[in-house]
Amino acid sequence: MQQIIRFIEKYRYFLLFLMLEFVALFFTIQSHSYHKSRFINSANSITGGFYKRVNNINEFFHLKSENIRLSEENTRLKNDLLKENHTKDTTNQFQRYQYISAKVYNNNYTRRNNYLTINKGLNDGIDTEMAVVNSKGIIGTTNSVSGNYATVISILNNYSLINAQIKNNHHFGTLSWDGMDYKTVQLNDIPRQAVFKIGDTIVTGGKSTIFPAGILIGTIKDFEQNKLINISLFNDMSAIGNIQVITNLHKEEIQQLEATNNE
Amino acid sequence: MNNQVVKNTVLFITLVLIQVLILNNINLFGYLNPYVYIVFVIFYPLRKDKGSFLFLSFLLGLAIDFFSNSGGINAAATLLIAYIRLPLLSKILNKTDFEYQSFSIRSLSFGKSFSFILLLTFIHHFILFGLEYFSLDSFGTILSKSLLNTLFTTITIFIVIVLFTKKK
Repeated sequence: MQQIIRFIEKYRYFLLFLMLEFVALFFTIQSHSYHKSRFINSANSITGGFYKRVNNINEFFHLKSENIRLSEENTRLKNDLLKENHTKDTTNQFQRYQYISAKVYNNNYTRRNNYLTINKGLNDGIDTEMAVVNSKGIIGTTNSVSGNYATVISILNNYSLINAQIKNNHHFGTLSWDGMDYKTVQLNDIPRQAVFKIGDTIVTGGKSTIFPAGILIGTIKDFEQNKLINISLFNDMSAIGNIQVITNLHKEEIQQLEATNNE
Repeated sequence: MNNQVVKNTVLFITLVLIQVLILNNINLFGYLNPYVYIVFVIFYPLRKDKGSFLFLSFLLGLAIDFFSNSGGINAAATLLIAYIRLPLLSKILNKTDFEYQSFSIRSLSFGKSFSFILLLTFIHHFILFGLEYFSLDSFGTILSKSLLNTLFTTITIFIVIVLFTKKK
């Protein structure tokens, strides 16, 4: 007993160091393996509150570009409306997606695994695994959610895998990021027989319950034969202000159906 | 003593806020950020009792992690450099007995303090990016990113030291 106490006494700093390092590594490995209910995230009132304050000042400097983007979106939507000037029978149409607008408080794009913090949370109807987009295209999926804030896994993240397709021939693949350039992402697993060329548009595939089909991603920049396709994003991931979170109103129904299928 | 506690608390909070609200958004050349918050490890007074120092360094890293959604990578890296600070210093200065009370980084010669800070920063960054990428495939990226960021951080830390400490 005496020996043990003396041992602890002698190496107490080393033991403290080991213990704390173990805790830190535990959080790190948790963030790399299962990132749905992570303990360390910026969706809490303290970090969110600080980001909110800084954002109040910061957003002032982006007013002009944000206005231009909004006016462009308005014009596009109005043009779309005019295209369909005949009356539509809406009696047997059901709303499948709902948009919730939100603001980005913090945005990273230089790390390997990038996250965003947004200003809406559970109280505003936001949950984990919802699609996040803006008028130019895809941004990511929600991750940790607190009462008033949520974090978003950016598409610039090792753990972001999103179903995507080439717009004009409906071949599906998986969108990922190699960690190099924040303007370029990669499309994998496109079938061999798919025909495509540089400049083709890539959109989301709609095979998941998260993203609706046809949300813009980018255009093909270059590709190696039968291998990776590099895609230059429509969105400038370094400058994101206002965003929309998309709720899939049929999500539970689809998941229930799939669960019964698997039994 | 009390004065010292207040001073360290203020330093702690200021460093966290400056780091996460300003320095993490610098992105020089698209990807370089100085991790200046580790000056806490350099400035914290040398003591025989290392317990509180280790714990504070861990908390500092964890606070940065909370803001940047990065798991525990900053906590792990900062704790490690806090633990090896004294052994590294005695290796560089070639002595084991320090005047614990009056030691200051400004009392060292430029060459010695430079190599001390450079080594400490590099170890911190290497652990940081190693844990962030978490794969052996990206060893080249980890190394180049650590080296470039070390350069940027070290220069910034020297500017901070020159501006904010008194010369002995």
